[in-house]
Amino acid sequence: MTDANPTNDGQRFARLPETPADREVEGRASRREVLDWWHERFGIDPSVFEGYSFWEKGAGKVWIFNGEATDPSEVEAIGMTFLRTRQEHWKPTGRAVSRFGAHARTNVIELDPAQASRFAAGEDQDLPEWDGDWGYLIATHEIAGGQAPIGVGLYLYDELRSVVPKGSRADLPVVE
Amino acid sequence: MNPLERYEPLVDDAAAFRAACDRPLPSVVRVNGIAASPARVREAFDEEGVAYEPVEWHDGLFRLPDGNPGGNWPYVHGWTHGQEEVSVLPGLALDPQPGERVWDACAAPGSKTTQIADAMDDDGTVVANDNNLGRLSALRHNAERLGVTNAIVTNQDARNFSTKPLAFDEFDRALVDAPCSCEGTCRKNPDVVDQWTLDHVHGVAGIQKGILARAVQATRPGGTVVYSTCTFAPEENEAVLDHVLANEDCEIVDVDLPLDTVPGVTEWDGETFDDSVTRAHRIYPHHNDTGGFFCAKLRVGGEENTEVGA
Repeated sequence: MTDANPTNDGQRFARLPETPADREVEGRASRREVLDWWHERFGIDPSVFEGYSFWEKGAGKVWIFNGEATDPSEVEAIGMTFLRTRQEHWKPTGRAVSRFGAHARTNVIELDPAQASRFAAGEDQDLPEWDGDWGYLIATHEIAGGQAPIGVGLYLYDELRSVVPKGSRADLPVVE
Repeated sequence: MNPLERYEPLVDDAAAFRAACDRPLPSVVRVNGIAASPARVREAFDEEGVAYEPVEWHDGLFRLPDGNPGGNWPYVHGWTHGQEEVSVLPGLALDPQPGERVWDACAAPGSKTTQIADAMDDDGTVVANDNNLGRLSALRHNAERLGVTNAIVTNQDARNFSTKPLAFDEFDRALVDAPCSCEGTCRKNPDVVDQWTLDHVHGVAGIQKGILARAVQATRPGGTVVYSTCTFAPEENEAVLDHVLANEDCEIVDVDLPLDTVPGVTEWDGETFDDSVTRAHRIYPHHNDTGGFFCAKLRVGGEENTEVGA
C-alpha cells in the first residue's frame, strides 16, 4: 500500500508484514511475531506454517491461508480464523487449535475422559494439579490411539475455563 | 400434482421408483481426510459405541443407523461431516488436484467445497461462492470446523461472477452444483414435493444456464466443469447442458461414477437434446437406495496448457 499513513481497514483482508520492521499499519502483527508466538506459547515449530500466509481483517483478527490471493482482498473469507491479536494476551482460535494443535509441545493439558466431556460442554472445572503456565492452553484428550485437541482453555487460579464457543459446545459421552 | 409422477416415463420401474422416494434416507457422514483417516474414525466410533455401516462404493463414507451425525467425538474434532451419499458424486467427477485453482460456484453450505479442499490436500485455492449471504455463514462454519485453510469465500451472483477479487482470472476446474427443484432430496425433505411448481422449474433453468455458461467461460482451455443437480427434471438437466453446448466452447465427456446410473435423456416434452447428453448420469433412488441426482462432466474447449498453475 502506498498511503502515507495506512490504517487497518476492517472491510478487507491485508497480508501481515514479514517482520516488525516491515510494518506500515500501526498495531498490525507481523508474520514473524505470529510464528514466534505459537513457538513460544505452544512449542509449534515455525516450519509447520511455512507454506501459509497470514492476513488481518477487522481489529486484530488474523487468518491463516494456504492459497493464492490478492493483497488486499475484498472477499468474505480467506482461509480460516487463526489468532486474535491487538490485545495484551493473544488468543488462538479453537479452529486453529483443532487444525494445528497436534504440533504443540508446551501448554497442552491432557484431560481424562470425564474432564474432556465437561470441557466440550463448555463447563469450567477445578484442575489444581496443573503446574504449568496460566493463560491460554490447548486441551486434548485420548481418542483412537492418540491425543487430539478439543479446543482452547483459559487456566486461571486452579481452574480450567472452557472457551469453546456456544455454537460449538456438545454433550458427548465419557469414553473410558 | 406430485412432480414425481411426471418422471415415471423415464424410469425402468415406476413402482420401485415411487416406493424408494417414500423411504427416509439414513444419516451419512463423510470422513474429512484433512483431519483423520477412515480407519481412525472407525476406531473412534468403536470406542464410543457409535453404530455405523460402511458404504460399499466409498471407504470414506459411513451410514449411521441411529442418526445424530453431530453427536459424537469424531464430529466435534472435525473428522466427519454429515453429507448425503449421492452428494459426493460431483466432487468425484470433478477430481480436483493439489495446487489447482477450483471454483465452487454455488457452494453453500459447503459439503462439496470441503470435499474439494480435502481432495486437494488443502493445497491450492478453492473459491467458494454463493449469492446468499446467510447460507455463506453456514459454509464458513463448516469450512472452519473441518480445518480447511485453502478456501476463499465470495458473495456474488455466479452468472456474472467477476474474478477481479482473485489473484488469477481463470480456473482449472469448476463445479456448478446448481440451485434446483430438489425433488431428488424428497427422501430427507418431503416438503420439496409439495412446493414444486413448473413455473419454478422454468425460472431456475434460466439461472442454471447462466451459471453453467459462466463456469465454462471462467475455466481454462482443457479444464473441467462439472454440472450437478438434485432434480429429475430434464428442463434443469439435459436442457441446460444442451443450451451450454450450443453457446459455449465445451463438450460433455465420459466419466465413471461408482454407482448404478442411467444415461441422460435426449428427448423430453417435445424437445430434443444433443446426443452427447447421454454421457451425463441420472441417479434414481431405487437403483442404489440413495437420493436422486444428476451429474455431467464437461471439458472446456481450446488448446490445453499443461504447465501447472499457468
